[in-house]
Amino acid sequence: MSTATVMDAQQMERALSRLAHEIVEKNNNINDLVLLGIPTRGAFLALRLRDKIKEIKGHTVAVGAVDATMYRDDIGIKKEAPTLKEMDIPVSIDGKVVVLVDDVLFTGRTIRAAMNALMDFGRPLCIRLAVLVDRGHRELPIKADYVGKNIPTSMTEGVKVLIGETDGINEVYVKAEQD
Amino acid sequence: MRLDRKDLLTIKDLSLDEIGLILDTAASFKEVSEKDIKKVPTLRGRTIINLFYEPSTRTRTSFEIAAKRMSSDAINISLAASSVKKGETLSDTARNLEAMRPDCIVVRHGSAGTPQMLARHLSCSVVNAGDGAHEHPTQALLDLFTVKEHKKHIKDLKIAIIGDITHSRVARSNIYAFTKLGARVTAAGPRTMLPPGLSSLGCEVTTDPREAIKNADVVMMLRIQSERQNNSAIPSAREYARVYGLDKEKLSLAAKDAIVMHPGPINRGVEITPEVADGTKSLILEQVTNGVAVRMAVFYLLLGPVREED
Repeated sequence: MSTATVMDAQQMERALSRLAHEIVEKNNNINDLVLLGIPTRGAFLALRLRDKIKEIKGHTVAVGAVDATMYRDDIGIKKEAPTLKEMDIPVSIDGKVVVLVDDVLFTGRTIRAAMNALMDFGRPLCIRLAVLVDRGHRELPIKADYVGKNIPTSMTEGVKVLIGETDGINEVYVKAEQD
Repeated sequence: MRLDRKDLLTIKDLSLDEIGLILDTAASFKEVSEKDIKKVPTLRGRTIINLFYEPSTRTRTSFEIAAKRMSSDAINISLAASSVKKGETLSDTARNLEAMRPDCIVVRHGSAGTPQMLARHLSCSVVNAGDGAHEHPTQALLDLFTVKEHKKHIKDLKIAIIGDITHSRVARSNIYAFTKLGARVTAAGPRTMLPPGLSSLGCEVTTDPREAIKNADVVMMLRIQSERQNNSAIPSAREYARVYGLDKEKLSLAAKDAIVMHPGPINRGVEITPEVADGTKSLILEQVTNGVAVRMAVFYLLLGPVREED
């Protein structure tokens, strides 16, 4: 099966730095910011963004994880009940600017589920979306506010983000077939 | 990893992986009950029927809350208000309920094997909520979950289970559960309350409660079930309380950080003194809290995947 690397470690690093700068620029009151990653990789990317924002502003923003599994729309459709992941909302999200962080934005269904999950935890001032890769093919009217890289793909291709924390390597590649 | 079965009937049939999966899943569901909005849409549109042929407050409520917190519709049927009173047989009741297309029937019955019989005849999932003196699998799962939360592991723990082992489905399921996970289980009770062949389940058996409690990490007391016996097994409740009841003095024989459990409802002053039941080592109410999370996990794993038609 053919694969093509579309981002190496250095490019990923730069893309994340740019995301952090964009988030800081758009949010003057950094105290109201909460970064919530979507497990597994989104949660680690949220931690990295927190570190980068600290470098820029000298302030540590709250970071956590929001698992959307219980809110998915494909439970009872697949042969396996999806594995539940970590839910970690460290602060009240009421009145906060929540930035959801994920590795790949594809159909938008996970983001929809994550937004529903968040609404059960409180009433944020607004929810923004930051993704490392936007590969297109949305099935819902959802758009990312901060995008590391747009990677046009065909429906049959798969996009894989590897990060050091879980995969031992930092790389984004496109493969000919989806998992 | 998935729970590759239609029904949850016994602990005996569960593999180690399946038990691990249920416990891990329960940890995620525990968080749902800690939010202000104690509801997730996970099982919306599903129907779960609680069919209880025996009295129950805790277990029935726990299953009902678990079902409702996952947005499924829960219907409770209890013996007193059902057509059983009009002479309908169990299998007719079950077939009629199934005709209304539930996704799961939770059943408690005084006769061992009832859930198995229903599971064979019904295409919906069946969960055993206690069948006679046979098994009570979700109770054992919530006990495992509670012990694991406190002790981080189950392997090599010393578990004392004390009381009327003969009539206790909780004891049977817990002996299977804890021995499967590598704990050393000692069952203790008066000779009249120890069934023959008990040690074949892989536990130690003794009539001396102190021997069971000595150095135990977990002391699990069972209820003296007055409704299940003619009271001929023990001379009197007072006598039982004196010899087998868990009081501070007997508990002092256990490990320093021992925990005390009881499936409820407790008979204060019989199998456990109020002082111990309400003491700092007691996890009795935590068991109840965890019961909801474990039952949510069971519903999720049974009803979450689509099942291929047989």
